[in-house]
Amino acid sequence: MIGTKCETCHRHFFPPRTFCPDCRRNGRIVDHKFAGSGTIVTYTVIYTANEQFEAFTPYALAIVKLDEGPRMTAQIVCNPDEVKIGMRVKSVFRRIATDGESGIIHYGTKFVPVE
Amino acid sequence: MRDVAVIGVGCTTFGEKWSSGFRELFVEAGALALEDAQLSGEKIDAMYIGNMSAGRFIEQEHIGALIADYAGLATHHIPSTRVEAACASGGLAFRQAVIAVASGMEDIVVAAGVEKMTDVEPGASTDTLTGAADREWEGFVGATFPGLYAMIATDYMHRYPLTREQLAQVAVKNHYNGARNPIAQYQQEITIETVLKSTMVAEPLRLFDCSPITDGAAAVIVAPLERAREFTDTPIKVLASAQASDTITLHDRRDISTLDATVAAGKKAFRLAKLTHKDIDMVEVHDCFTIAEICAIEDLGFCRKGEAGKFTADGETALNGKIPVNTSGGLKACGHPVGATGIKQVYEIVQQLRNEAGKRQIDNAKIGMTHNVGGTGATVAVHILGRV
Repeated sequence: MIGTKCETCHRHFFPPRTFCPDCRRNGRIVDHKFAGSGTIVTYTVIYTANEQFEAFTPYALAIVKLDEGPRMTAQIVCNPDEVKIGMRVKSVFRRIATDGESGIIHYGTKFVPVE
Repeated sequence: MRDVAVIGVGCTTFGEKWSSGFRELFVEAGALALEDAQLSGEKIDAMYIGNMSAGRFIEQEHIGALIADYAGLATHHIPSTRVEAACASGGLAFRQAVIAVASGMEDIVVAAGVEKMTDVEPGASTDTLTGAADREWEGFVGATFPGLYAMIATDYMHRYPLTREQLAQVAVKNHYNGARNPIAQYQQEITIETVLKSTMVAEPLRLFDCSPITDGAAAVIVAPLERAREFTDTPIKVLASAQASDTITLHDRRDISTLDATVAAGKKAFRLAKLTHKDIDMVEVHDCFTIAEICAIEDLGFCRKGEAGKFTADGETALNGKIPVNTSGGLKACGHPVGATGIKQVYEIVQQLRNEAGKRQIDNAKIGMTHNVGGTGATVAVHILGRV
């Protein structure tokens, strides 16, 4: 997971930002490789999804706070019943959606529970 | 800066309107507003139209021009502007109209909102609404709009004593009010059981916790207060207009269960109007989901954080409660044609203040408030209106 970091205020960004919202023009943004571990802050189980995700329902969606600080939204790969606030998770590179049967496959980040 | 007043209002019925297209909806609402103000169209100086997504719902952009044309005003060459802030489009259109008149730039201005949502399949509709969130970092990864508010609900219920029944009571109350509102999409009352037995959408939110897909339009006309009595015997003064922004994603918010933009806009509105909570007789809040109403009444300051569930269950927000919330039926029962909602909220408050709210009438209504939210809270517009 390559995000960014502001060297002026030391704030980390994932998803990446090229402009620090706190320092603005005084910020110095550089790439940062995240460890990929975090904690679930809140979650839901989606039963009625948008078209591309209908086949995967019900699935767990959560806001994960990465250890470096930023929060991100992602699916949690596990039995939806197991998801809990405070659960420790780690990032995995997974297929998110496809553009139909012969279109582009979109990849991104999901999370799995860690013991 | 001049004082501004609402001199006329109009609203279509809200619902799945199979025989009304986008243009017909606007023309109907606009004509009702002009009739109400006893105003002839050529006296209009400018128009601001709230619309979230005609581009995806009916594949039409350039809405300002389209509406001016179909309103018969294009040949008068009036300035006509579309305003967009997702579900807060209407509230922002109203604010722009108020600013135009207050500044002295224009005299008679129409603020309208219109959304035609039923010409696409429900799947396309919900995907379009996901554009109110962050498409890249929320929608793309699998979030749905109800899913985002469901995450607010999960966080809220983890930290505060809100029960599933208290949350459902928001919908029950709004349906009770909607059944007394002739324009509301849903005319039937429901029970807590109706909510708890409905299909799960995104845990813990069920179908009856969610506002529907709706077609509809609303229009209001504003003018300088000093000229209002040329058009109406019941001018309604705009006591405050406030707007605030916040991060687009839910995950970047300071506190997941607090809409800081509501807090900011609400505080500013009270300060501009020089009023406090006890001066407000009723408030239309943005209940896109039941949890949104819970957060709204707290974030506007009508009760403390964590207490809105009990406040609602105790009947404090009912028609005969301490602070009636969503006398129109809210987004849940009245319906939510996205761009029109913010204007409909003004329409409802104006009706209340003119004593024209029929079975929903609040006694001695003098001052009302509207609260319109875009996305999960990235844009908020708050207005306060009062009898003159």
